[in-house]
Amino acid sequence: MSGWGIMPENIAIIDYGVGNLFSLQSSFAAIGERAAVVRDPAEAARAARLLLPGVGAFGDAAARLRSSGMDRAILEALDRGAALLGVCLGMQLLFDESLEYGRHAGLGLIPGTVRPIAELIPPELKIPHIGWNALRFRRESPLFRRIREGDHVYFVHSYAAVDCDESVIATADYGAPLTAAVQWGRVYGCQFHPEKSGDVGLRILKAFCETEARPC
Amino acid sequence: MITKRIIPCLDVRNGRVVKGVNFTDLRDVSSPAELGAYYSAAGADELVFYDITASAEGRKLFTEALTEVARRVFIPLTVGGGINGLADFERVLGCGADKVSVNSGAIRDPALVGEAAKRYGDQCVVLSVDVKRVDGVFRVFARGGREDTGLEALSWVRRCVDAGAGEVVVNSIDTDGVKGGFDLELLSAVCQRVRVPVIASGGAGSIADFVSLFETIPDIDAGLAASIFHFGEVKISELKRVLAAHGIPMRQLHSGGGQV
Repeated sequence: MSGWGIMPENIAIIDYGVGNLFSLQSSFAAIGERAAVVRDPAEAARAARLLLPGVGAFGDAAARLRSSGMDRAILEALDRGAALLGVCLGMQLLFDESLEYGRHAGLGLIPGTVRPIAELIPPELKIPHIGWNALRFRRESPLFRRIREGDHVYFVHSYAAVDCDESVIATADYGAPLTAAVQWGRVYGCQFHPEKSGDVGLRILKAFCETEARPC
Repeated sequence: MITKRIIPCLDVRNGRVVKGVNFTDLRDVSSPAELGAYYSAAGADELVFYDITASAEGRKLFTEALTEVARRVFIPLTVGGGINGLADFERVLGCGADKVSVNSGAIRDPALVGEAAKRYGDQCVVLSVDVKRVDGVFRVFARGGREDTGLEALSWVRRCVDAGAGEVVVNSIDTDGVKGGFDLELLSAVCQRVRVPVIASGGAGSIADFVSLFETIPDIDAGLAASIFHFGEVKISELKRVLAAHGIPMRQLHSGGGQV
């Protein structure tokens, strides 16, 4: 992965005050990719690839994304042909809205809604959906070119994306098929944590680095 | 379906792994990062690091060692030992821990679990409890199992889960170190009381002990052990193969082979 020329780092990890950036940055280093933690929206807007992390509550994260100016930076980068990967809450933020503690608008990059898992699965199952679960592929995606159907990844979440059939590329079975990964053009999302999913997770991050993205 | 987890536990003093870890193919058997990477490659689903250091200097060494682990190991990391306040959560989460395990700290300050869950989320807070039978009652012990707190264990666990603990590690002092199997009676009782993941600890001596754990208590989520892994008595890859053959859902490593 060389030859971008202008930017020494390929991937901008968006720092808007949410999420474990250290593990993500270490994961990219482990697969020989240079990722920079970026706090300046102007710098994020110029990146060829963006990674949107996130843990915690949707409403709070969405507000921080807007107040930091990163929401506009992401749109600008995508307009220039960049690729985006949202992880965990970062994936949920890609959708129209979430019903976590009220109703909060997301980035609206992918049609769909984020709802409590409790509404989707049988009541005897524990919440959060936490642990290793197998990926069931729904569609071919460049994100999966280095892994196989049935490979396990690590999940920790109490909310899941619904009404997003057109973008779902993988689900995980937990009493019901839960949205595990999505793709909408150059916008990708993983509900699970690739940076905590061992070798399989690193393969997914590597594949993201190899997806089509125009250098900015 | 969520797989059952196999979790090696490593005790760390002054930034180095203690207990005679015995692997011929490791250069430095007391390096947390090296050993963590080894277990991760062997198929461990998660790692637990307990800081058994008493001094501030040792604590600093632990934090440095943890940072190095998080740089090299890409599975969930739980950290325990010396977690007495939110500042300790901040310290270990900042260098790559995913979950923080509280034990004596929660007994000293019962508000800690709730405060930490509110700030970092339930999934981040693990209650670790050392339990021993006293006059036929499950009692909570503190200070590494040396001090009887007088607390009844099942209600203590329930109280901490209600306050926001997202996971419970149940360590039976009665079976710990005996290698005669997990404390199935205690673990069943805990599983009936709470709806969060329960991790069994104390007593594993063989692969058969893990089979009996998961077959007897379908609600148990994970088995944790230390010395049987460190001394190579039980190989994680073999353990997971046997458990899978018994129909226990297990994560197998990526089947494609080769390096990323």
